[in-house]
Amino acid sequence: MASKYETVIGLEVHVQLTTDTKIFCGCSKVFGQEPNTQTCPVCLGLPGALPVLNEKVVEFAIKTGLATNCAIAPRSIFARKNYFYPDLPKGYQISQFELPICEHGWLDILTENEAEKRIGITRIHMEEDAGKLVHGETQESSRTSFVDLNRACTPLLESVSEPDMRSADEAIAYLKKLHQIVVYLGVCDGNLEEGSFRCDANVSIRPWGQKELGTRAELKNINSFRFIKQAIEYEIERQADLLDSGSQVVQETRLFDSQTGTSRSMRSKEEAHDYRYFPDPDLVPLVIDKAWIAEIREGLPELPEAKRLRFESEMGLSAYDAEILAADQALAAFFEACVPLTGDAKLCANWVMGEISRQLNEGNIAITDAPVSPTRLAGLLNRIKDNTISGKIAKNVFEKMWQSGQEADAIIEAEGLKQVTDSSAIEALIEEVIAANPGQAAEYRAGKEKLMGFFVGQVMKASKGKANPGMVNQILKDKLSG
Amino acid sequence: MKLYDLTLTELRARLDNREVSSVDVTRAFLDRIAATDDKINAFITVCEAEALAAAKAADRRIAANEAGALTGIPIAVKDIFNTSGILTTCGSKILNNYIAPYDATVIARLKQQDAVILGKLNMDEFAMGSSNECTAFEPVHNPWNTDRVPGGSSGGSAASVAASQAIATLGTDTGGSVRQPAAHCGVVGLKPTYGRVSRYGVIAYASSLDQVGPLARNIGDCALLLQTVAGFDPADSTSVDIPVPDYSATLSEDITGLRIGLPKEYFIEGLDDDVRRAVDQAIATYRNLGAELVEVSLPHTDYAVAGYYLIATAEASSNLARYDGVRFGLRSAESDSLIDMYTRSRAEGFGIEVKRRIMLGTYALSSGYYDAYYLKAQKVRTLVRQDFTRVFEDVDVLLTPVAPTPAFPLGEKVDDPLQMYLSDIFTIPVNLAGTCAISLPCGFSDGGLPIGLQLIGKPFDEATILKTGYAFEQATEWHKKKAAL
Repeated sequence: MASKYETVIGLEVHVQLTTDTKIFCGCSKVFGQEPNTQTCPVCLGLPGALPVLNEKVVEFAIKTGLATNCAIAPRSIFARKNYFYPDLPKGYQISQFELPICEHGWLDILTENEAEKRIGITRIHMEEDAGKLVHGETQESSRTSFVDLNRACTPLLESVSEPDMRSADEAIAYLKKLHQIVVYLGVCDGNLEEGSFRCDANVSIRPWGQKELGTRAELKNINSFRFIKQAIEYEIERQADLLDSGSQVVQETRLFDSQTGTSRSMRSKEEAHDYRYFPDPDLVPLVIDKAWIAEIREGLPELPEAKRLRFESEMGLSAYDAEILAADQALAAFFEACVPLTGDAKLCANWVMGEISRQLNEGNIAITDAPVSPTRLAGLLNRIKDNTISGKIAKNVFEKMWQSGQEADAIIEAEGLKQVTDSSAIEALIEEVIAANPGQAAEYRAGKEKLMGFFVGQVMKASKGKANPGMVNQILKDKLSG
Repeated sequence: MKLYDLTLTELRARLDNREVSSVDVTRAFLDRIAATDDKINAFITVCEAEALAAAKAADRRIAANEAGALTGIPIAVKDIFNTSGILTTCGSKILNNYIAPYDATVIARLKQQDAVILGKLNMDEFAMGSSNECTAFEPVHNPWNTDRVPGGSSGGSAASVAASQAIATLGTDTGGSVRQPAAHCGVVGLKPTYGRVSRYGVIAYASSLDQVGPLARNIGDCALLLQTVAGFDPADSTSVDIPVPDYSATLSEDITGLRIGLPKEYFIEGLDDDVRRAVDQAIATYRNLGAELVEVSLPHTDYAVAGYYLIATAEASSNLARYDGVRFGLRSAESDSLIDMYTRSRAEGFGIEVKRRIMLGTYALSSGYYDAYYLKAQKVRTLVRQDFTRVFEDVDVLLTPVAPTPAFPLGEKVDDPLQMYLSDIFTIPVNLAGTCAISLPCGFSDGGLPIGLQLIGKPFDEATILKTGYAFEQATEWHKKKAAL
């Protein structure tokens, strides 16, 4: 749709970290426990309790910062963000304001027309999550809300992008890229539905060519990539309708409703809090020495971008295959384990993206739990390569491997699936087939060469698929023209 | 001599020699509290059962020859310290039903030694006040003259030592809250360097200034209590991991040649005549002891009180946000919405001085005012700290009055917050600088009220102010005077 307006999008993403314990106390942060059982004086905000920073959170923040091309601040500060809400036990959230741990990063994305585009990352900072409210559902409790502080003090990274995206698709490309990176790094489990990766989108539009940004609306907590796209597109349309009708966009926070695909105003700019940020006097400035940053950099895994390029240049995969395999760290690892055992990257790629992925999707299981290991898969692929079985038979064998967990060779042996490469045996089959179809043989000889396919099919059928297709073709040609 | 009139050192010897049991001593103190506290009102909670149980445990430990310095010694603590299973009010109505579920680190350290905790002491609400009149539990009275204030905010901590209701006590000092009441009640009170003693479990007023301090009848006892509570605590990120020296070991060191600075900004017009006379006498005493006395300057002193009341109130406005009626403490029964619950609970639960400081601090942090107030105050703080750093290149200790006047009458300043705030002008700069200081008795006013002397030391050099104070104590008799109750 050609619009009169240019869209401008900036994204704030909250990444919940996979540390064992909370950011400022030693409580476990396992999801789904009985309310208020994963708590202590610190995360309950009891009088006199004090926060102590979890070093693992800093390590994860540095990892994420390095992987997104940020500068890591040698000195950063925790600040208090003050506001009242029942799920916020201290009446303030410990976050970072001035001097966050990571600044000035970027990620490159592919736009709709396959062009590479750089999206700036303003900052990434560490903060604690709040608890949650559970509203009474029974008759007696309908006017009651319950506070569960298990999630309070869970470590988050908040990453704030520059307003560099110009469409919902670019926003999604950026989010997917960031999501891929934090999952790759192992700092986040990436589960959008459980809120491990939460996105707020700042959306504004402006007439093409206008320099100043339009008034923005902030879209809150949308829990799937699909809904984010939907929410942004709805918002663009809503703002365009406003401007078209001569109205103004007002600065506000809006909540997206995935049921209706629309959004409603949550609070206006006038109702916005004055958070009265100031440095948290309970925490000393965080000083990070260069050696630690260097050590973390050393230990970073190969990131999807680098992996994709390597799969293309070193393994000769197509850009498409390389992209798909590199997108999932475990899938890529499986693939890479197969390659040296077969010496055929393309074949491995086809099978990992094909049969393996299909089985995983159908069974909804993780690749790390797959009943066929890379070694077993390579065992099967090598039987294709040495002509023991055809690709078609291989799929049947694979199916059986997946069910039984047996090796390919054992199945091929037990089921007698070994390809027939004995030319006299194939000749005998062919002669039988020609004898049984004299009419077609005569037509072929009269020039109807299309019938070759018919004969190949008949021979393969007679061999129960085991005859070597190349040999069948060759011998058939000889016999029919003879 | 009555058991409750002994010093810690004397009592230690009697306990260790089995001349007396901790249970007997504890009973003596509980009786003393019962006999005197209707006049003083130092205690919010007396923990009789817990104290006697601790005394029994201490006696077993003494019998096994495993006693530490405080084993079996009756101590009382300001009601700002979390004490597991015991009411912990912080002097506020908003916590008048709050049973702490855990021990502050300093309480745990006392318990490790089987010290006997007699009870929880009255204080200005959330440690905000200089007279102990801002309490939800009726004012504390000065044992030297019960019409006078004991000082604040650790008024109960000072008054109970002066009234022989405890051997020693713990208080907290944010702008003078240990030293000023110690001076007004004629006892010794020490504010350690920021980071020396753990703040974990100490209910926060102004986190960057709060520090736990011991109060006792003399320097030696004060050193022993400090020894027990001082030291790094991994649960407090602002506590500092440097070794704690043996304070008692260096108390009697010679102070000949010690350089004592007299900051001219502390000897000002308006200083009470009696206070000036007593401090001048103390200066003469030090000269006789062989110390070198030199005039020095702390040029930014004038800005300290203003800076303090911005930083402390800003931090307090945030620290006190957790008293919202949601999880613990007072919740207004009448509220019919969330906002209503917040506002009514806080309106009913907080006293006027606390509300005033929350308002001040909220204002100082507000968008548009932050730079002019909070940030400016932080700059003042840096300048005040630099004043001390510079002057300590030249001298070992600073000597000043603790408060401009002796204890004032109850009710005199309660409606005049500015006058009240000025009673801390000599103590506040030390908190801003983060260094240590001690208040010790140095005389009496014509009206018979105690006067305190302040010795300020270099950061983490509590040992030097203790030995400097000890030398004075050895040369004078002030610390031996007792309030007649």
